[in-house]
Amino acid sequence: MKRLISLGAVALLALPLAACGDDDDGGKDTLTVYAAASLTSTFEQLEKQFEKDHPDVDVKLDFDGSSSLVARITEGGGADVFASADTANMDKLVDADMADGDPVNFATNTLMIAVPPGNPAGIKGFNDLAKKGLNLVLCQPEVPCGSASQKLAEDVGVDLKPVSEYENVKQVLTAIEEGEADEGLVYVTDVTDAGDKVEGIAFDESDKAVNDYPIVAVDGGDSKLAQEWIDLVLGDGQKVLSEAGFGAPAS
Amino acid sequence: MSNTRHVGLPRWLYLPAVLAGVFVVLPVASMATRISWADFPGLVTSEAALSALQLSLKTSAASTVLCLLLGVPLAVVLARSQAGWLGPLRSLVLLPLVLPPVVGGVALLSAFGRKGLLGQHLEAAGLQIAFSTIAVVIAQTFVSLPFLVVSLEGAVRTAGERYDVIAASLGARPTTVLRRVTLPLVLPGLASGAVLAFARSLGEFGATITFAGSLEGTTRTLPLLIYNLRVTDTDAAVAMSVVLVVVAIVVITMVRPRGAL
Repeated sequence: MKRLISLGAVALLALPLAACGDDDDGGKDTLTVYAAASLTSTFEQLEKQFEKDHPDVDVKLDFDGSSSLVARITEGGGADVFASADTANMDKLVDADMADGDPVNFATNTLMIAVPPGNPAGIKGFNDLAKKGLNLVLCQPEVPCGSASQKLAEDVGVDLKPVSEYENVKQVLTAIEEGEADEGLVYVTDVTDAGDKVEGIAFDESDKAVNDYPIVAVDGGDSKLAQEWIDLVLGDGQKVLSEAGFGAPAS
Repeated sequence: MSNTRHVGLPRWLYLPAVLAGVFVVLPVASMATRISWADFPGLVTSEAALSALQLSLKTSAASTVLCLLLGVPLAVVLARSQAGWLGPLRSLVLLPLVLPPVVGGVALLSAFGRKGLLGQHLEAAGLQIAFSTIAVVIAQTFVSLPFLVVSLEGAVRTAGERYDVIAASLGARPTTVLRRVTLPLVLPGLASGAVLAFARSLGEFGATITFAGSLEGTTRTLPLLIYNLRVTDTDAAVAMSVVLVVVAIVVITMVRPRGAL
């Protein structure tokens, strides 16, 4: 019995190693793109197109809050391209001397109020976010959607009291989709993306906080493939982005 | 038990044994090289840090008490009762130990969330659990309970039934046997189980962020704060991690001398 257990333990230890071996993809080149969580569905579409145009390249997409991605790159994460949801986090990468070339803006995004389908709480505008007794969820101030939310609240002069602050915008959306939260601030594109699982409510003040999305090749990565990805985003990708609700890049 | 005759260990055993020790200690010790000592006092006494530390200690203490209240009866029943249906229960109780905590969080939402099985009735009664400190305690109790149950159940089994039988034959009622004989005999196991549960609660992250959310002072415990700081202020994240390590070491040494762990 003891021998059996130790055999099992050895097998368990070897499992992840075996899995690593399978990951090699038979000598394909890999392009690793770190992108803000709000770019999930658009970049997944572009991945298919890129891989169709480059059959020998495997695109690996990694989505997270922009600040989280910057932290991973500066700590040695192997990204070839970084697409941020705001300039502040892109500046962090540039300041760390990890950007290969100058970042280029490729889209803009604005905030929208997200509520469960049917808008049960009857939210009409930004001021309603301060209503008592409703579960408001936001991004934490350190990530782009959070800093935009904070800036809006200050500009409009509304005191927002969230029940939870998340580290990326998709978590905010999930809390609303699951019905745990009554309202939240997310990007216009997230509302489009979520389909009929949430309802979006536009508000007049949203143009007070417009996020620019910059993209750049990461120092030490595959600069040729990275540039081809960036070209795709700035070229054919623009249509995909605008269909998802992104605004044209500010010139 | 350790006074029996000494059997020599194979010498080669020391190499992997030392390697294992280094494997655990080295990464933790390496954190010391990343601390910015000049900022350290300021970082660990910031408002966010103190509120997270306080919340962590309070919720972990509460969940340990809950684990004791629920776990001790369960452990004794599992160790002593002969009922056949206990077999599957014995395995199911271990689930939180094996499940990724995030899955635990999703499960808790399905039960206690606003749209959850029980949660919708609680919501109707005006009681909301998600996003509250209570949710943090529930998440911690969920993941910590197996630690207490497993270590206590083992202790009860090891202690055997001899003294219980003698006490009963002398006329003690079952409750008296439990209170005066069974539990006192397994006190070290009970203590180490409670400390393990406390330590696990202190480190809880996945179930908490999924089920309780993250808000300073209400649900943002130390591990959640460290996770947040890691992307924005690495120095602060390392400083808070060191605080958590120190708390963990204090907790471990509290029971370690008893040799019960």
